[in-house]
Amino acid sequence: MAIGTGKTYKVPIGPVHVGLKEPITAWLDVDGERIINATIRPGAIHRGIEFMARERNPIQVIYLAERICGICSFAHIECFVRAVEDAAGISVPKRAQYIRTIVLELERVHSHILWAGVACYTFGYDSAFHLGMILREKVMDVLEALTGNRVNYGTGTIGGVRRDITPKVEKVIRDMINFYKNEFELFYNVATDDPVTLARMRNVGVLSSEDAVKYCAVGPTARGSGHRIDLRWSQPYEAYGDLDIMPVVPQDHTGEVYGDVYDRFLVRVLEVYQSLEIIEKCLDGLPEGELMWEPNLPKLLNYLKKAEGTGISSIEAPRGDDTHVVRLTGAEENVTWWKVRAPTYANAVSWPLMFKDNELADAPLVINSVDPCISCMERMLVTERKTGSKQIVTKKELLNRCREKTRKVMGA
Amino acid sequence: MQRENQEGDGGMMILFKILAGLALLIFASLLSLLYEGIDRIFHARMQSRLGPPLFQPFYDVLKLLGKENIVPRRAVPWAFNGAPWVAAATALMIVLYVPMGSLQPILGGHGDLILILYLLGLSAVAMAVGGFSSGSIYSNVGAQREMVLMMSYELPLAVVIASLAWFAYRSGMPGDPFSLETYVGMSVWSVAGWTGSFGILGLLIALLAVVPAETGKVPMDIAEAKTEILEGLISEYSGRNLAMFKLAFSIRTLAMCAVVVSLFFPWSLGRLLGFQGVFFFVADFLFFWIKVLVVQVLGVTIIRTTFGRFKIWQASRLYWYQVGGLSLAGMVLLSLDVIL
Repeated sequence: MAIGTGKTYKVPIGPVHVGLKEPITAWLDVDGERIINATIRPGAIHRGIEFMARERNPIQVIYLAERICGICSFAHIECFVRAVEDAAGISVPKRAQYIRTIVLELERVHSHILWAGVACYTFGYDSAFHLGMILREKVMDVLEALTGNRVNYGTGTIGGVRRDITPKVEKVIRDMINFYKNEFELFYNVATDDPVTLARMRNVGVLSSEDAVKYCAVGPTARGSGHRIDLRWSQPYEAYGDLDIMPVVPQDHTGEVYGDVYDRFLVRVLEVYQSLEIIEKCLDGLPEGELMWEPNLPKLLNYLKKAEGTGISSIEAPRGDDTHVVRLTGAEENVTWWKVRAPTYANAVSWPLMFKDNELADAPLVINSVDPCISCMERMLVTERKTGSKQIVTKKELLNRCREKTRKVMGA
Repeated sequence: MQRENQEGDGGMMILFKILAGLALLIFASLLSLLYEGIDRIFHARMQSRLGPPLFQPFYDVLKLLGKENIVPRRAVPWAFNGAPWVAAATALMIVLYVPMGSLQPILGGHGDLILILYLLGLSAVAMAVGGFSSGSIYSNVGAQREMVLMMSYELPLAVVIASLAWFAYRSGMPGDPFSLETYVGMSVWSVAGWTGSFGILGLLIALLAVVPAETGKVPMDIAEAKTEILEGLISEYSGRNLAMFKLAFSIRTLAMCAVVVSLFFPWSLGRLLGFQGVFFFVADFLFFWIKVLVVQVLGVTIIRTTFGRFKIWQASRLYWYQVGGLSLAGMVLLSLDVIL
């Protein structure tokens, strides 16, 4: 692989690669360490979820939508139920809107901290990765206290939410906000003051301001290139209309836009602070009232069965615009069709541009910089080191232990 | 057990040397794995993790020794299989040339600092050869990076050794200026004046900066970058070959830290406490390995916990400009010390 001979070699990154959390292939044409060209080949993890939805009624599809993504599960169901509400003409009570906003922002905190940690791991900065994981546990506990689950919350439903914010949970959330206001600065400093971090992220994976528009980048990727693009600001939904939100862009903080990985990192880290502020404001202004438009499930299903129409909804997920479109046909129980457009679809188009003239060492970081969706599964084996006993936890026992822990974090 | 330098009794002498050498090699291999275990626990604790058991590196190596050895179809078998052994053997040989406390090295007088440098280099080259002969694109990239990295850190390394030798020669330290025993017998700090001390400090920092690259640890684990090129050099290795590579990495770390200790921290505990006979050697021997551990924790563990990984050109630039400059500054200060 002589440098400068003009002869290029093909190096595949993926479909399975240590630096990637999701199967996707990037075929890189490299000259020495320099990337000349890149081709992205997705399609290794298509699951046909939208097809499965056609055999289910809208309430059942909520649980399917929740499993599209392991991180932004609430963003997807939020988007889906809004589309159904749009199609069937259902209005959501004010209190439910605020609670949805709070969960959305909690999820954003969780997603951004996870991403920031993984980005550090991608260039070998393991200490920052572990610090990020420790900090993230706090918001996971809060989500568990609020909804009973760490990942798939099962909180949203058509016409409202299924969990209320009790005074106990409110205290847990406020504690979390104080915790992050004190502790998150450590991660911020570790990551932004470190010379190696700067050397690895500055001027890497640059997406220029014009290209970001031309290739329809969304979310933090677009904001990292200096555009004020944020649906919470430009097209407010739920409680965001009552709040004063400005999209976070790097030029407000560093005075300059590079459009590189560092800018995307900065945007995400600063958005954590923004989310904390939003949660605080929502808690302060939480209105009293109903949680659901129709608490009686058979009645709601009956109404949805009669409904006819197409509903569309776009929200600002942690990674960018998430769009769901749903078609309901009258006298038919099941969803006629459903279309999901996750933010990674939009952002993946700009990958080849970001790769150009970077180095092979940057490739996984560039892929991770748009925060592609991740899904994961887990098995569990309990081992006692002292006695050497190994015991597989049964489903029932696991469930009981989960409930026990949930009660503990809820303070009951 | 002080070694006699007489030429008589040649046969017995050679037999004794072989036995002592073998014992030392086994001891050094085990100790290097133990130190790696300590390093991993320190690393984990600094990240608020529990970390692996102390003997995890032993388990890893033992397990790998019993595993199937897979040679890729496109590999060059003799180079692919030979490289790990050469890498481990050359790294082990360094141990025979390093004086441990007040004990003379087994092969002392038959080689010097220059030889140690070449052995370190040969071990790195063997790893690169293994990478090139793997027939994998990731190993190939890793091997190229290893070669580039070697060319980068050789300059500061050579400057450090040459300056110290020149200083030892001009300041009249007893013994051969290129022999490690010279520096163990008499501390360089005690010979140097104020300017000289600053010069030696510069050389010490330059040498410590080379340690992560020599040992393939963050921030200089560029040739073995896991998240970039899938462990690069060693990505195709498995079983016994991988065990050899793991051992080679550990021993290189140990040997490099031992060289740092011998050059810059040769102080004897036995002499300080006024021990006699066997106690003197035992105390110094233990004290030497404690010093090596301290250097390893400060120079490898803390550095790898504090930083992320550099890119290859960034590492190259660092070694050529900053670290190279520092070592040259050290050389100038040492020269001034001698001239004034």
